[in-house]
Amino acid sequence: MERGEGAARKAGEPILEIRDLVKHYPLTQGIVFRKQIGAVKAVDGVSFDLHKGETLGIVGESGCGKSTVAKMLVGLEQPTSGQILYQGEDITRLSGRALKAVRRNIQMVFQDPYTSLNPRMTVGDIVGEPYEIHPEVAPKGERRKKVQDLLDVVGLNPEYINRYPHQFSGGQRQRIGIARGLALRPEIIVADEPVSALDVSVQAQVVNLLEQLQDEFDLSYVFIAHDLSVVRHISDRVAVMYLGRLAEIGTDAQIYEHPTHPYTQALLSAVPVPDPEARDRRGRILLAGDVPSPADPPSGCRFRTRCWKAQALCAEVVPPLEVPERFRDSEGPERHDSACHFAAERDAVGSEQDERGGCPA
Amino acid sequence: MTQNDHQPRTDEAAPPTAGRPGLLDVRDLRVEFRTRDGIAQAVNGVDLAVTAGQTLAVLGESGSGKSVTAQAVMGILDSPPGFVTGGEILFQGRDLLKLGKEERRKVRGAKMAMIFQDALSSLNPVLSVGAQLGEMYTVHEGLSRKAARGKAVELMQRVGIPAAEARVSDYPHQFSGGMRQRIMIAMALALEPDLIIADEPTTALDVTVQAQVMDLLAELQREFTMGLILITHDLGVVADVADTIAVMYAGRIVETSPVHQLYKAPAHPYTRGLLDSIPRVDLKGQQLYAIKGLPPNLTAIPPGCPFNPRCPLARDICRTDLPPLYEVAPGRASACHFWKETLDGAR
Repeated sequence: MERGEGAARKAGEPILEIRDLVKHYPLTQGIVFRKQIGAVKAVDGVSFDLHKGETLGIVGESGCGKSTVAKMLVGLEQPTSGQILYQGEDITRLSGRALKAVRRNIQMVFQDPYTSLNPRMTVGDIVGEPYEIHPEVAPKGERRKKVQDLLDVVGLNPEYINRYPHQFSGGQRQRIGIARGLALRPEIIVADEPVSALDVSVQAQVVNLLEQLQDEFDLSYVFIAHDLSVVRHISDRVAVMYLGRLAEIGTDAQIYEHPTHPYTQALLSAVPVPDPEARDRRGRILLAGDVPSPADPPSGCRFRTRCWKAQALCAEVVPPLEVPERFRDSEGPERHDSACHFAAERDAVGSEQDERGGCPA
Repeated sequence: MTQNDHQPRTDEAAPPTAGRPGLLDVRDLRVEFRTRDGIAQAVNGVDLAVTAGQTLAVLGESGSGKSVTAQAVMGILDSPPGFVTGGEILFQGRDLLKLGKEERRKVRGAKMAMIFQDALSSLNPVLSVGAQLGEMYTVHEGLSRKAARGKAVELMQRVGIPAAEARVSDYPHQFSGGMRQRIMIAMALALEPDLIIADEPTTALDVTVQAQVMDLLAELQREFTMGLILITHDLGVVADVADTIAVMYAGRIVETSPVHQLYKAPAHPYTRGLLDSIPRVDLKGQQLYAIKGLPPNLTAIPPGCPFNPRCPLARDICRTDLPPLYEVAPGRASACHFWKETLDGAR
């Protein structure tokens, strides 16, 4: 694998290989004669590997395409182009029985436990529903028992099997969603902001549960969130997305301690640190302006319109996601994939200098 | 408002409340919601004080009563089902609860203003932002629509909206989330109020935008020497901007403290639990500390200390006697029978 070699630290072989994944949503005009006038480039060429037993965190701001990637991984969206290789087989081309078998192994946990559970189904029906679609996993007679076991595994009282979602709190509902995700004994779980809707005290409970389940069932996670500290806690590797592309990918220490992409640096510096003593010490990079529209992304590097390092080259050449040339001979943690022409380290946390990144549009 | 009455950021030598007339003094506020499932005791005797130029953070999880307290102070509580059943809200010396509807309305907007979490649903989608900002002046100050529009442009420039002149006729949906929140801030600032209540102002925003908006808010607060009540669940945001903190749980203040001391050594087990459940770099790979159990149902708050079923330090007295707010240090109080042990690091 030439990709991600800088970060190859997990022993397991890749279980999922994402190659050049693209999702464009067409923008059309006219009612009778529809014609395409453009496309929202939600995901525009994303590649990464997921290794067995690891947690890959994907961070980025809203609209960067991280949820679209998640949906494509579980087959809720069809990619415009690109490959998703599961055990060497491109699942975007599968259909029928073969697709069904693969889907069993890749399950999803959704963000909002209030809207992702059907209010008219009991917990037993919700968690057991996957067995209707994949009856080979559990014969009819065993299903109730299996569902109760699952409830027990995620820390819910198995006697609650006949209750409805509204009788549970947010954290408990998220446990129901996790139980449903586990029902088919998948190998991969794609979790899209699984703790974002929860209170701090409950969030910790669910994060602990996810980690414990990973050890117990040897799961691989794709963990998508905007909360950078939670992602750091749970992830082995972290990918940073910006406007449909990966900006940087590496181990959690490489990304958080030695980010070389300016966007990662800005993102990390903006995270409020729960320590009032650090208030005056932090060198915050304030980004000017907003994220550009994905329907009309900037040429070259996507981040250049807000980047304080941008030069003419950035508008012309798309920076590839690879180990930057200047770090190729290095052995240190700064050697990891970063899609920036001018990748360089900056002490993102607790820096003395105050870089205020105002940049001409 | 005096110009050079700028409140320095808290340092331990000078408690922010010392020797300053209160801007807002909430005393023993009680609010209940009369619902089908019974009476929910949302706020049960809350005391808060804010002075000019000071930032008070009210920290709590959902259902802790933090937003209800804010709504009661603003006078925008949905009633029914919500009723203020006791207490005083002294604002610049006047008890707002004793004012008539019309008088209350004049205070609201002109003297105190609120910033809501969700700017998209708080702005009127069918009116241009210029019209909504201008309305503040036509209604409260009797300006003509044209003059009000000019003022709206000024405001938009002040909160950093680029090309304000061109965008004043745009509608809320045409702005990004961060820009919409700036418009909310502009609207709150329009009449130069003495107090701003911001209810989760950045929760719906991305971190990079959140940093911009919080900086703007802090800058404007300094400029106008306003009091700011920041209602949030985010311990990170609080650490960045607050002078003092009031931690709420089940409708009560369980701990109040200057910000530095609280983060250094919390005096209530709930505060300690919240701080401990934040993921930390040096504890990676270990289980996160999690407060066990769930917040109580407000229609059936447990007797004694409301936190006792979830508290690692709970003893018999906690199940029977409601702890008062013990003074822990000057300007610090904790509603825990065992605040000394907690302060010393017991968990």
